[in-house]
Amino acid sequence: MAKIANKQVICDVLLEAAKKDKDIVALCSDSRGSASFTPFANELPGQFVETGIAEQNLVSISAGLAKCGKKPYAVSPACFLSTRSYEQCKVDAAYSNTNVKLIGISGGVSYGALGMSHHSAQDIAAMAAVPNMRVYLPSDRLQTECLMKELIQDDKTAYIRVGRNAVDDVYEEGNVPFEMDKATFVTEGTDVAIIACGEMVKPAVDAAAALKEQGISATVVDMYCVKPLDKEAIVKAAKGAKAVITVEEHAPYGGLGSMVSQVVGSECPRKVVNLALPDAPVITGTSKEVFNYYGLNAEGIAKAAAEALK
Amino acid sequence: MENLKALAYELRENVIDMIVEGKAGHIGGDMSVMEILTEIYFDQMNISPENMDDPDRDKFIMSKGHSVEAYYAVLAKKGFFDIKDVIAEFSKFGSQFIGHPNNKLPGIEMNSGSLGHGLPVSVGMALAGKMDEKDYRVYTVMGDGELAEGTVWEGAMAASHYKLDNLCAVVDRNRLQISGNTEDVMAHDDLHERFRSFGWNVIDVADGNDIDQLKAALDSAKETKGKPTVLIANTVKGKGSSVMENKANWHHKVPNAEELEQIRKDLAAGKEAALHG
Ligand SMILES: Cc1ncc(C[n+]2csc(CCOP(=O)(O)OP(=O)(O)O)c2C)c(N)n1
Ligand SMILES: [Mg+2]
Repeated sequence: MAKIANKQVICDVLLEAAKKDKDIVALCSDSRGSASFTPFANELPGQFVETGIAEQNLVSISAGLAKCGKKPYAVSPACFLSTRSYEQCKVDAAYSNTNVKLIGISGGVSYGALGMSHHSAQDIAAMAAVPNMRVYLPSDRLQTECLMKELIQDDKTAYIRVGRNAVDDVYEEGNVPFEMDKATFVTEGTDVAIIACGEMVKPAVDAAAALKEQGISATVVDMYCVKPLDKEAIVKAAKGAKAVITVEEHAPYGGLGSMVSQVVGSECPRKVVNLALPDAPVITGTSKEVFNYYGLNAEGIAKAAAEALK
Repeated sequence: MENLKALAYELRENVIDMIVEGKAGHIGGDMSVMEILTEIYFDQMNISPENMDDPDRDKFIMSKGHSVEAYYAVLAKKGFFDIKDVIAEFSKFGSQFIGHPNNKLPGIEMNSGSLGHGLPVSVGMALAGKMDEKDYRVYTVMGDGELAEGTVWEGAMAASHYKLDNLCAVVDRNRLQISGNTEDVMAHDDLHERFRSFGWNVIDVADGNDIDQLKAALDSAKETKGKPTVLIANTVKGKGSSVMENKANWHHKVPNAEELEQIRKDLAAGKEAALHG
């Protein structure tokens, strides 16, 4: 069946919910088309706010709406939403405890050849460092749907990052293991633990399959809840393995790898290898070309895992 | 002097080649901004590959960085790099010609792409000129949708506070942004009043795709003392072909074969008219 992008799922879930709950408001910053939010804007114009190209304004307006009882979803490219509006996310959303949901679309290197101004490789580090801010990177459309249905129920701030294009399913339709703020063990093994988030989960699962053929048994943990980090899952996965590999579409500092390393280092020390984007503007190319170049694909992950066990 | 009107059409053809070859590009804004860039680079500014290290040369910041294809065409024509290389490599794997201005390339001062940075950065460059008592001028070009960014107005405030008459901003007023008409997305039809109230000299350019009108406005900006000047250049997004003109969905688009044929015909006719019309 035709796959849809995770951002599209977010619009679909919100649109359905917003039809029944008039307090749900979506806000865009000249980003409705790229966010797949045009249907929302057209069907519920009274619950849609356009701020123009003004991401800081977008987040502060959302916080004001939340303070007065609305349930705002600020939807904008992850690069601008996380770092252009960082102060607003920190002070008006998280610090003031307002129910603002920040939806970062086209995250990571989704924008490919548009370059570093359009990449969000710092958003996990930035957002996770803010008290009260939750950070989620769902792996596929099915998990995105489960996550959004949970987030709609609560009244706390959160940052959700998704990519631009449709990605292969990690889970099976109608059979998605999901518990809020608990990582998902996609496979369980005994030699190596691969902990990934967002769109790196699928290549991690493929790497595990490749490793199996080499006689290496791998656990794959889908850490969609980067914050609150599921520490128990990390300890469980690490204790059952000789080495831990982390994989993320993010800079090498302050992201999932750093956070997992902290937990493993203090709770159950063993070798941890962090796979991430470089500490540099990435090579020009589509996101797929970028991933292949830096080994953020099934082959690269499998190779790193096999080497870590040597 | 070269026929700048015809040159603008030739550069548009370069842009089309880049976008077709690279399968990406912000085509609409490239077309609307072309005469603005052409007049600034080939008539107003004292800048060339040879004088880049000269502290007295003029400076330019492409604030609406997504129109990088137009900027590449202009810089190539200026001799900063070879247009053949840009067309062959634009947006491709490993290329240095990425989809926004990058200052690893010769001729480009600053990285841009995130809207709303160009004016404040230009304020800094103009301020440095005042501090060092230099005569250089600083130019920046912004989109009209871009003006919703608060940083634009923070920069505008500082520019008049420091009486930066060596600074000239141009607004590519094409009335469109990604989501449609600027007045529907975030209205600012009183743009002239806004800049005036921020202490700027405001010049309306009735046809911002007319080289003569742009020249007159930029010449007059040079004579204005004690305050920065902004040109509100009323342009047509997608200028040069009816296929693209005034169509919001041509903000970022790669023409198909049929559209391409028509665009090439229209641009050739535009060039012909500029040469002999
Ligand atoms: C800070 C920031 N937010 C969003 C974008 C995405 N974006 C690229 S172009 C564009 C629309 C620009 O419209 P306008 O300024 O009118 O430019 P033009 O019509 O000349 O293309 C947007 C929203 C961006 N590049 N930077
Ligand atoms: Mg515009």
